[in-house]
Amino acid sequence: MKTKLSAQLKSLALAGMVAGLLAGCATSGNPKDPIEGFNRAVFAFNEGLDTAILKPVAQGYDAVLPSPVRTGVTNFFSNIEDVFIGVNNLLQGKIPQAFNDFGRVAINTTIGLLGVIDIASDAGLEKHDEDFGQTFGRWGVGNGAYVVLPLFGPRTARDTVGLILDSAVDPVREHKPRGTRDAAVVLRLVNKRANFLAADKVVEEAALDKYSYMRDAYLQRRRNLIHDGNPPREAEASIDGDMAPLAAPHDAGVEPRASIEAPAGGPVALHLARTEPVAASQ
Amino acid sequence: MKYLFALFSSLLLALPAAAQETSPDALIKTVTNEVLDIVRKDKEIQSGNTKKAIELIEGKVLPHFSFTRMTQLALARDWRQANAVQQKVLTDEFRMLMVRTYSKALTEYKNQSIDFKPYTGKAGETDARVRTEIKQSGAGKNIELDYYLEKTPGGWKVYDIEVGGISLVTNYRDSFAAEIRNNGIDGLVKSLQAKNKSGEATSVKK
Repeated sequence: MKTKLSAQLKSLALAGMVAGLLAGCATSGNPKDPIEGFNRAVFAFNEGLDTAILKPVAQGYDAVLPSPVRTGVTNFFSNIEDVFIGVNNLLQGKIPQAFNDFGRVAINTTIGLLGVIDIASDAGLEKHDEDFGQTFGRWGVGNGAYVVLPLFGPRTARDTVGLILDSAVDPVREHKPRGTRDAAVVLRLVNKRANFLAADKVVEEAALDKYSYMRDAYLQRRRNLIHDGNPPREAEASIDGDMAPLAAPHDAGVEPRASIEAPAGGPVALHLARTEPVAASQ
Repeated sequence: MKYLFALFSSLLLALPAAAQETSPDALIKTVTNEVLDIVRKDKEIQSGNTKKAIELIEGKVLPHFSFTRMTQLALARDWRQANAVQQKVLTDEFRMLMVRTYSKALTEYKNQSIDFKPYTGKAGETDARVRTEIKQSGAGKNIELDYYLEKTPGGWKVYDIEVGGISLVTNYRDSFAAEIRNNGIDGLVKSLQAKNKSGEATSVKK
């Protein structure tokens, strides 16, 4: 695992250097996206790869397999994910959520036949979405620059580091023998892509410029996830032309959480900051 | 308390004269159920007939939307740069874009059920957030679908929709701002018109 991690770090460091070099010539007016020129190039590359290989394969997979089978595949990998979702909830100080996640794994792995049937959700143990990038966000690490990684797609600098950790502890990639592991990694990827086919069509319909639409959606989504669905409402533009902070009437009763930009406190303070409002909002 | 409130709102619903006093959560619930009932029965919409989906949305959903506010939000500080005519055109084109997107989403609807979360707004407020959740059949995390509404003389109007925390309105902010920076307000109008035209072409083909 160590050698793999360092290899991944190396290739990312290389990607970072290339990005840095290109940043000099890239022009962008968006402070969130300082290396837009580079990102657009990688985005175009990823899109090309997707159109040529991944999407057609996913469409075939979607057409051939009956929906219950696809659900089973999704559940199987989702169950494996739940282990580190629980770990990340622990790291964020969300103890009840972590127990919920470990409970899901226990139930789904046994009664749910190795995760294929998601009995835990029916039993009221809700599925969560956590990863190391979110944990860092929770701890107060800011986004950093937006970057489109080759193959992996949109990330922020922080989430790139999160991704390295996510992959390093990924049970599917640790699996032996190699043949099964590779098959599992491909199946997971194709299945995931197939799950996005419908959303894809909506994005095509909505986006004027797919690159920036995906970027801004990614950034909004991550912000929402870090705050577990209750981010402080962003400043709203008044017609006077100022970006006046909104008096936040929507959030009545929901205290703003420790924000990503304010690192003060650490995990314990963050935990304290969020116990009450979550109970109120659920 | 909740029961009292439910009783209260159902009483209001029963009185046509007071129809515009409908609470925001009741409004979202009624409209959602009404639209999904139709989609569930309509084979044409299910098989991707965007035109039919658009008709449904125009009739049932749009009366409850405030497109001027939506366009203002999407344009942010650039809204004021636009003159009255441009504001009108921008609103019309943005409305069209939203309708197309929404109707596309409807044609992809696959019998997921919608959960309505308890409404936490208080009486007398003029701004509301109604939270719902799309239950994925089988696997996956539920998708949160939140509506933001403002109270107007014509009743509650939706001015923003968030899917999984992604605002369908403010997601355009940066790209609109970039377009205006490069090509001015008219540049944005043109690219919106081009986008809507191309959407029309593909939906006719299908």
